[in-house]
Amino acid sequence: MTPVLEVADLRTHFLTRAGVVKAVDGVSFALGRGEILGLVGESGSGKTVTGFSLIGLVDPPGRIVGGSIRLEGRELVGLSQPELRRIRGREIAMIFQDPIATLNPLLTIGQQMEMALRAHQRVSPRAAAARSAQLLEQVGIPSAAERLRAYPHQFSGGMRQRVAIAIALLHQPRVIIADEPTTALDVSIQAQILHRMRALARETGTAMVWISHDLAVVSSLASRLLVMYAGRLVEEGPTAEVLRHPRHPYTAGLIASLPAMAPPGAPLRQIPGSTPSLMSLPPGCPFRPRCARASAACAQMPPLARAGARAWACHRPEEA
Amino acid sequence: MLGFVIQRFLQAVLVMVAMSVIVFAGVHAVGNPVDIVIPPDATQDIREEAIRRLGLDRPLWEQYLIFAGNLLEGDFGRSFVYNVPVLELIAGRLPATLELVLISVISATILGVALGVYAGYRPEGWLARTIMAVSVLGFSVPSFWVGLILILTFAVSLGWLPAGGRGETVEILGVPWSFVTLDGLAHIVLPAVNLALFKLAMMIRLARAGTREIMLTDTIKFARAAGIPEGTILRRHLLKLISIPIITVFGLELGSTLAFAVVTETIFSWPGVGKLIIDSIAVLDRPVMVAYLILVAFLFVSINFVIDLLFALIDPRIRARRTA
Ligand SMILES: Nc1ncnc2c1ncn2[C@@H]1O[C@H](COP(=O)(O)OP(=O)(O)O)[C@@H](O)[C@H]1O
Ligand code: SF4
Ligand SMILES: [Mg+2]
Repeated sequence: MTPVLEVADLRTHFLTRAGVVKAVDGVSFALGRGEILGLVGESGSGKTVTGFSLIGLVDPPGRIVGGSIRLEGRELVGLSQPELRRIRGREIAMIFQDPIATLNPLLTIGQQMEMALRAHQRVSPRAAAARSAQLLEQVGIPSAAERLRAYPHQFSGGMRQRVAIAIALLHQPRVIIADEPTTALDVSIQAQILHRMRALARETGTAMVWISHDLAVVSSLASRLLVMYAGRLVEEGPTAEVLRHPRHPYTAGLIASLPAMAPPGAPLRQIPGSTPSLMSLPPGCPFRPRCARASAACAQMPPLARAGARAWACHRPEEA
Repeated sequence: MLGFVIQRFLQAVLVMVAMSVIVFAGVHAVGNPVDIVIPPDATQDIREEAIRRLGLDRPLWEQYLIFAGNLLEGDFGRSFVYNVPVLELIAGRLPATLELVLISVISATILGVALGVYAGYRPEGWLARTIMAVSVLGFSVPSFWVGLILILTFAVSLGWLPAGGRGETVEILGVPWSFVTLDGLAHIVLPAVNLALFKLAMMIRLARAGTREIMLTDTIKFARAAGIPEGTILRRHLLKLISIPIITVFGLELGSTLAFAVVTETIFSWPGVGKLIIDSIAVLDRPVMVAYLILVAFLFVSINFVIDLLFALIDPRIRARRTA
């Protein structure tokens, strides 16, 4: 089966006055139809920039400087903004981390959904309201038809995120990029939304790239994991396999620092050090300063090694 | 919401009462009009007779009560100098100021918001830089100087536009207006441009700052991620989101320009209320000064009231806070 989204060697750099920030530097992956793919990594590793690159909305001074993004075989890199606009929201949609900031506080939910519908099709106000109410119901908002007249401030954070999800689903896109959509929410609401998203993906056949810094969240949802570090992919594989036998020391560190992994009462085992600045990465493996397994060979950039469904970028991977 | 309207209305009434006392006492402190109204060679009898006729012999609080009572009946008193009802005097001058100020403030706002939004939307372009240079100029050059340059250039050297007066007027509802005739419009152009320049500069800044801030928010990013066209984003999201500071400044500018357009009115011999009040101050025509200041206070109170209502209309959160 051909993948719905194919990303090859994507590079997105910010050409700032202080220097070039290589926020995304050679990311490749494929997303199958209806698949949920998890993208994890510490904050600052380039996950959000990857997401915005996929929908062609990188803020200046950022720019996609290389690579390819194919949506249903169609190349997106190099398309003009008007061409990308016709694709955004219709074939590929995105939801953001902070549901308080995404909706316009001065417009009703109905007005905002109608605007999103009108972006890609001609609809009467009545049809727009009907379709919007239907979507709100699907994402689990009760008495949806009345809620169309409400303003965002009348909703809780979780409800607002559901509205954002409903907007993303309006045109039944092939792919949804979900950038930490539950990070700002309570754990119980987070669980409800995860559950709902999994069901929706199954019903509608929409594929998802689920971005999170929280490995626990992603693992509960995604069938496959991508692990990102300093703008690069360092590990890829089916979720269960990666969790059981991580190959990259960074992935191993992420797993070891999961709360569920710590013996009761013991402190969490954090990876020492922090994400490096992406402005001036030293040559060689970017994880080297924090890696317990580093050796002389690690002064060279490790290539991505593949074996079956697994891949890792490390000279001295953990035992399989 | 109705409770809020009533509450604000009562507040406005209180402010007006306070203002009338302050204005009355203040103007009383400024000087004694008797010295100016009555010829210096008048006999003591004539003096005392005049003082009695003007009611100036009574205690101040009594003068105020009489004045306030008359105000409530719509009687603002008679001008000491022209000996006509003050209201008539001001009403005769108000349309000239009104049309001049409305034309300049409204066009400065529309043009300023359009240019400012553009400059904030494409901040790196040469056009944006030109717009900002113009706005710096509008801020830093004194208004009277611009007025004189405008007259020198367009009236004296080029002879394209008249230098002063209202030109041909047409009566609508018994009031003369210039803006309905071509000649009248030609007369309005220079003073309106003169008045508008500073406001234009301010609106450009305000709209640009708001646009730059809003365009970086997740609200705009999310709209773009949904594929909403840029034009729709600017019209439906941006304009609404930057409107509150713009409406505030619009109201304040409208009020202060209506009240104090005097520099421009003087330079362009525009027969508006600004000139009237300056003349009245010069001769201490007390009823005119008092009535004028009270009208100005009334103007500001009304504009504030309307602005508050507009806020509630635009922002549902303000509406909610007020019903709560
Ligand atoms: N507008 C920008 N200008 C310069 N650098 C940026 C900009 N946006 C993001 N970056 C850089 O890109 C890197 C990755 O950021 P991001 O994708 O937001 O990380 P994540 O989502 O994984 O936390 C960060 O180190 C940040 O410094
Ligand atoms: S390449 Fe070397 S430094 Fe990098 S993760 Fe592997 S072992 Fe550690
Ligand atoms: Mg992020």
